[in-house]
Amino acid sequence: MAQDGIGAAMKRKEDLRFLTGKGTYVDDINRPGQAWAAFVRSPHAHARIVAVRTEAARKAPGVVAVLTGADLAADKVGILPAGWLIHSKDGSPMVEPGHPALVADKVRHVGDQVAVVVAETRDQAREAAGLVEVEYQELAAAVTVTQAVAPGAPLVHDQAKANTCYDWHLGDKAATDAAFAKAAKVVTLDLVNNRLIPNAMEPRAAIGEFDRATGDLTLWTTSQNPHLIRLLLAAFTLGVPEHKLRVVAPDVGGGFGSKIFHYAEDFTVLWAARKIGRPVKWTNTRSEAFQSDAHGRDHVTHVELALDKDGKFLGLRERTLANMGAYLSQFAPSVPTYLHSTLLAGCYTTPAIYAEVRAVFTNTVPVDAYRGAGRPEASYLLERIVDVAAREMGIDRVEIRRRNFIQPSQFPYQTPVALQYDSGDYGATLDEALKRSDWAGFEKRRAEARGRGKLRGIGISTYVEACGIAPSAVVGALGGRVGLWESAHVRVHPTGTVTLFTGTHSHGQSHETTFAQLIAEKLGIPFDNVEVVHGDTAKSAFAMGTYGSRSLAVGGSAIVQAVDKIVAKGRKIAAHLLEAGEGDVEFRDGKFTVKGTDRSKSFGEVALTAYIPHNYPAGLEPGLEEGAVYDPKNFTFPAGCHVCEVEVDPDTGTVQVVGFTAVDDVGIVINPMIVEGQVHGGVTQGIGQALLEEALYDDTSGQLLSGSFLGYNMPRAADVPSFRVGTKVTACTHNPLGVKGVGEVGAIGSPPAVINAVCDAIGVRHLDMPATPERVWRALRTARKA
Amino acid sequence: MQNFGFQKPRDLAAAVAAAKKAPEGKYLGGGQSLLPVMKLGLAAPSELIALSGLAELKGVRVEGKELVIGAGTTHAEVAASAEVKKAIPALADLAGHIGDPQVRNRGTLGGSLAHDDPSADYPAAVLALGATVVTDRRRIAADAFFQGMFQTALAPDEVITAVRFPLPEKAAYAKFPHPASKFALVGVFVARGAGGVRVAVTGAGPSVHRSAPLEKALAARFAPEALAGVAVPAGGLQNDPFGSAEYRAHLVAVMARRAVAACG
Ligand SMILES: Cc1cc2nc3c(=O)[nH]c(=O)nc-3n(C[C@H](O)[C@H](O)[C@H](O)COP(=O)(O)OP(=O)(O)OC[C@H]3O[C@@H](n4cnc5c(N)ncnc54)[C@H](O)[C@@H]3O)c2cc1C
Repeated sequence: MAQDGIGAAMKRKEDLRFLTGKGTYVDDINRPGQAWAAFVRSPHAHARIVAVRTEAARKAPGVVAVLTGADLAADKVGILPAGWLIHSKDGSPMVEPGHPALVADKVRHVGDQVAVVVAETRDQAREAAGLVEVEYQELAAAVTVTQAVAPGAPLVHDQAKANTCYDWHLGDKAATDAAFAKAAKVVTLDLVNNRLIPNAMEPRAAIGEFDRATGDLTLWTTSQNPHLIRLLLAAFTLGVPEHKLRVVAPDVGGGFGSKIFHYAEDFTVLWAARKIGRPVKWTNTRSEAFQSDAHGRDHVTHVELALDKDGKFLGLRERTLANMGAYLSQFAPSVPTYLHSTLLAGCYTTPAIYAEVRAVFTNTVPVDAYRGAGRPEASYLLERIVDVAAREMGIDRVEIRRRNFIQPSQFPYQTPVALQYDSGDYGATLDEALKRSDWAGFEKRRAEARGRGKLRGIGISTYVEACGIAPSAVVGALGGRVGLWESAHVRVHPTGTVTLFTGTHSHGQSHETTFAQLIAEKLGIPFDNVEVVHGDTAKSAFAMGTYGSRSLAVGGSAIVQAVDKIVAKGRKIAAHLLEAGEGDVEFRDGKFTVKGTDRSKSFGEVALTAYIPHNYPAGLEPGLEEGAVYDPKNFTFPAGCHVCEVEVDPDTGTVQVVGFTAVDDVGIVINPMIVEGQVHGGVTQGIGQALLEEALYDDTSGQLLSGSFLGYNMPRAADVPSFRVGTKVTACTHNPLGVKGVGEVGAIGSPPAVINAVCDAIGVRHLDMPATPERVWRALRTARKA
Repeated sequence: MQNFGFQKPRDLAAAVAAAKKAPEGKYLGGGQSLLPVMKLGLAAPSELIALSGLAELKGVRVEGKELVIGAGTTHAEVAASAEVKKAIPALADLAGHIGDPQVRNRGTLGGSLAHDDPSADYPAAVLALGATVVTDRRRIAADAFFQGMFQTALAPDEVITAVRFPLPEKAAYAKFPHPASKFALVGVFVARGAGGVRVAVTGAGPSVHRSAPLEKALAARFAPEALAGVAVPAGGLQNDPFGSAEYRAHLVAVMARRAVAACG
């Protein structure tokens, strides 16, 4: 291993920039002559727009333009499309109402965009936005999924009967029914996977610019995948030539999924810029972010587990109502289906599984992928019902898991829900987590806590997830409207230093460091000799961007392929210089060497020769630059075991997480420090979901009650303990690095571990997330009465 | 936020004169309540009259049987003050748990009382300790000062200059923070002194108030056990998704018990 290559805990290249305030975010960028946009948003959850009066706003100081849904309709642009088509059980396609960037007919959630005001300054734009008079005729709202599917519920979209987007299923119903028929025990559970608001530290922002002289359009935006945004703008929302449009996402300050999507504001600033002939800039306020960034989760689920008398799982059933919000955000349809129910085998050999998922429109902000996207919902329902089954059958929680684990010898393992796991060792991560968390010594700690008047509990979850999305053909067959490969271009400069152009993009994942380590290792050059370029469609080749923990597994694999091509060409050049046969030259530690001799040429010498080809192989093109794309062969399957320990104050119901151990198998680790950091962040968000966070809507008015940090409880440092984090490695078998992905494991594995610990502490069967003090206090009171 | 004028008068008389001239103006303390409200567009004063330059609002000292704290003293200064820690440690402790370090380094005692947020911490101390609010023109007893949610006895151009806290025999504050905002979901300040036992509750209701059942039980016996079985009525308490009235009533009893226990 090179000291700065694979496996080294290199400090992050990006940190000097970030920690000294030298990052460049969209809001840091200002264009000559730029004007500012502010949006007029709906104060109602559901209302018909009777009239939009813009005269007063137009006359306000500094106002350049006021554009409404009517202007959008007149231009026949601005309908945001869905990126995934799901078919219902009966074969019919999902109901797919377009999502207009500015609505003209009726508003469908608080925060829906009705008009945009463009003015000389940000304050003038905001002031004038307040002067746009929208006359509404309020309608009754369908706020929760349960309300939305009730007979006679108000319809969010007239074409979606009973507010249903699709009614989908997966698995073998007959086999599952048969499994339940022969079960010795059936355990059922109703649970809610609470709705979350991502709250990236950097609010979304965008600048649109149009150059009349060249026809070029540029969009700077806070995006995890600028190429996708460009494609959607070119092909769908704005209808401009793709080659005339450049999309730049500079430094991006967190996304967690919420910056994957093509939002109304991206489109609108570009559309407005072209109309007024000036750059138009917009930066979200935090309050607007709560009402306009896609939310996450929001499932209402009924789950049933069939077991034999020894606690072996025979069958699993899931019935879920999944909230889509008011419109289909791009990847929303895939989240509760192919990213969710396909994970219902978990780490277990359950032979029969049947899932039914009904996606429902409601008068709330659209819901889409958020860190984990569908898999946290799967691990939560599974790891909860396994605990309930253990409790009801009197089997130890760890033992019931072990009895049902897929064994290392069973890989590749075909689950009954479409996925084929390539590798894993669930017993190994479990053992390591039990050891590190001192599971065996817990009862002593419980007794000690009791002496202090505290109820201490311990909880476990053993999860598997799927990331590295995904083989394009598979995704296509499942309804995805995109390919999901990645691109990499490796440009070796004459002096042997390297610039990598990747289609993935970092919004906190440290790609500049990890990818540099990867290339340093493969080419035997110093880490500091590698520069990573991403986030600009004018620089990197088309690719799909960063989400679903795919950047290393898919993007990294593309890098390896490109580097392999560099080495292959370098070998030709070196063989020529060394007057040896190509087959006799090996590349190691940055040197091309004639096997069995000390005759060699360094990588730098070969690079220089490629650019100054005076003594050069006949017929070989000069230069040393190679591109590659990688289309994955399968998903990757990170897995692991999380153990959480909590103390509950019985007087107030307050839960404090006092211990958290995460042992994850994320495949081969490039940078252990970065892996640990990703786990810390993911677990913190998982603890947030389990104990603190909840998007609360008033179920009559549809107002967002937790619309600011005064009501929405983001986790803080004091809410989490010092984590014990470890890894166990089984290599992915189908990608060249053996890597699996680490971005989401923390958020996927942790919520059930936390809730299992809370239930253990207070001795109840189930408690919905977030386990707020009042909820815990009430559960305790009910338990005491019983 | 709307544009506004800004002045920083050098003495109290100038500040009051400026306020009289600007009926739509507002005094500015540390800005930790006023500025957020302005940013949300819920207040749009024409003029901000900063009080930070007024020497009359500074200083912490013990005068006889009273601790006197200038209204311009920041929460951080109160928390760190040796005089406060010695005279009324519970008050220093309370100040040290308001918001976060940034808030504590800007926010002032006077601003907190004038704003009178129903979940603010200081009002509980002022009411339980039976303190006197001193203004540029008069002295107001705590019992008369707080008049309901965001409502005080202050005239629009009246400046709080100091608060005079009688030294208690025993006093303690127990706070159950709102999970998200960390203001008091319920805060209970108990004090025993020359005026007898006084218990003030913040957060739980629409405004800071005294709790008769708790005071009665503690007057009989000032010990945590005296509160066993004392029911705090939920009627009239705040009832929202962050805490039902029933839960808040329960917490009032728990926090009262903890505060009494902390009195030692
Ligand atoms: C993030 C955050 C967390 C917070 N957490 C808490 C908490 O946990 N507990 C808590 O109690 N508070 C909390 N606060 C509020 C904080 O304590 C404020 O500082 C305090 O309420 C107001 O004091 P100020 O000096 O900043 O007043 P300002 O915001 O400047 O003014 C508030 C009001 O008082 C008036 N005013 C100010 N000074 C005087 C004076 N001397 N005489 C007359 N009128 C005056 C102003 O005109 C204005 O109407 C928090 C605030 C923030 C931003």
